[in-house]
Amino acid sequence: MSGVGSQPDSFEELAMPLFDQLYNFAHWLTQNREETEDLVQETYAKALKGFSSFQLGTNFRAWMYRILRNTFLTSRTGLKVTMTVPLDPEENGPDLAVECSTPETILFERSKREVLQKAIDELPVHFREILLLCEVEEMSYQDIAETLSIPIGTVMSRLSRARKTLRDRLRPQGQEESATAAKGTNRAL
Amino acid sequence: MLCEPWKAKLDAYLDGELPSEEMRTFDAHVRNCPSCAADALTRVQMKRAIQAGGKRFTPSAEFRKRMQQSIALKPQRSFRLGWMLATAAAFILVVGTLTSVYFRTRSDRNHVFSEIADLHVETLASSSPVDVISTDRHTVKPWFQGKIPFAFNLPELQNSEFSLLGGRMTYLDQTPGAHLIYDVRKHHVSVFVFQERLLPARLDEDYPSPKKLPFNLETWSQDGLRYFVIGDASNADINNLAKLFKATSL
Repeated sequence: MSGVGSQPDSFEELAMPLFDQLYNFAHWLTQNREETEDLVQETYAKALKGFSSFQLGTNFRAWMYRILRNTFLTSRTGLKVTMTVPLDPEENGPDLAVECSTPETILFERSKREVLQKAIDELPVHFREILLLCEVEEMSYQDIAETLSIPIGTVMSRLSRARKTLRDRLRPQGQEESATAAKGTNRAL
Repeated sequence: MLCEPWKAKLDAYLDGELPSEEMRTFDAHVRNCPSCAADALTRVQMKRAIQAGGKRFTPSAEFRKRMQQSIALKPQRSFRLGWMLATAAAFILVVGTLTSVYFRTRSDRNHVFSEIADLHVETLASSSPVDVISTDRHTVKPWFQGKIPFAFNLPELQNSEFSLLGGRMTYLDQTPGAHLIYDVRKHHVSVFVFQERLLPARLDEDYPSPKKLPFNLETWSQDGLRYFVIGDASNADINNLAKLFKATSL
């Protein structure tokens, strides 16, 4: 299978191990199986075409994810998502976790993966993608910055807001109000 | 209250993104601070839950096979069949070379123009179209330093109809470039700058105007850089902005 030094083989060797991860990430973005297949297929076609300009030894994974994400953003679904979901302001710093019974512990106790998956599904796409790149793909902040073409500072603040939004959405109704009050108190202090 | 500075960095700590010295200091703090330890634990639980729940979708075997086939090299055929095919292919190659070169060149050019139009539309549709927001060219130009592997000049816009809105990094077939956005009579016009030698098609001859493009466009090469000016402003405005850029030189 491996032709020594020939580019298509090298591409296959580099790209196919990422296939499952890219498919998973693409499905989270599109939320539709058919669109996912189209997106992954187009990503691989673009990557194969541009592989001659890729510098071996640099970050191939971030490169592939960047192509996939850019392809998604220029797709009909991607354009719709970015036009209808405004980006939250980035300047807010990370929020402190509430100290009572937290959404994390509730989640842990319930062990309901579906609840979490639904909450991730409902996140705005820019929160969903950064959370998945960090937690599921275990990318470094540097790789995430390269993939999303944003500065590392933005990676940190967006990640923090994504986590907070997810926590808020997992928090039961009653606790939401008390947490807001607690946060207000923290800020007043 | 005392833990606030620590908690602000808790995510970066758990993501392993703090410098090693700070990681050691943080370790020591978490060991001695029940509040931060509890917070760290819940966040780790959340991280693990997302990690497990995030691995949710798997491609079908059929799709995987299709993808593998589409990117794999064709398997070697038998020697005899190979010769027959090679002879036939050589004949077809001779006949088709000239036309294919012509069509490929044209297709590559059209691809570049389509990509430029897509980048322009995509940016204007974005809720944050520019990464550096400034009307001052002395702010926008330095912003690109270290982000793209070349330098370029921005024109002086005094006494002109144009105003600079800002800029952002962009990619054309994985080639990094600069994207500037100007305003003229309430129309947004994009100016793209790329390194000529890295573009997927040569555009230096008289290129045919792309007929299907719903925008006015001008492109030229200068100091090894390829410029594209595109927008729904009038042809005259596009040409005037192009002239202003052409008047600049490194």
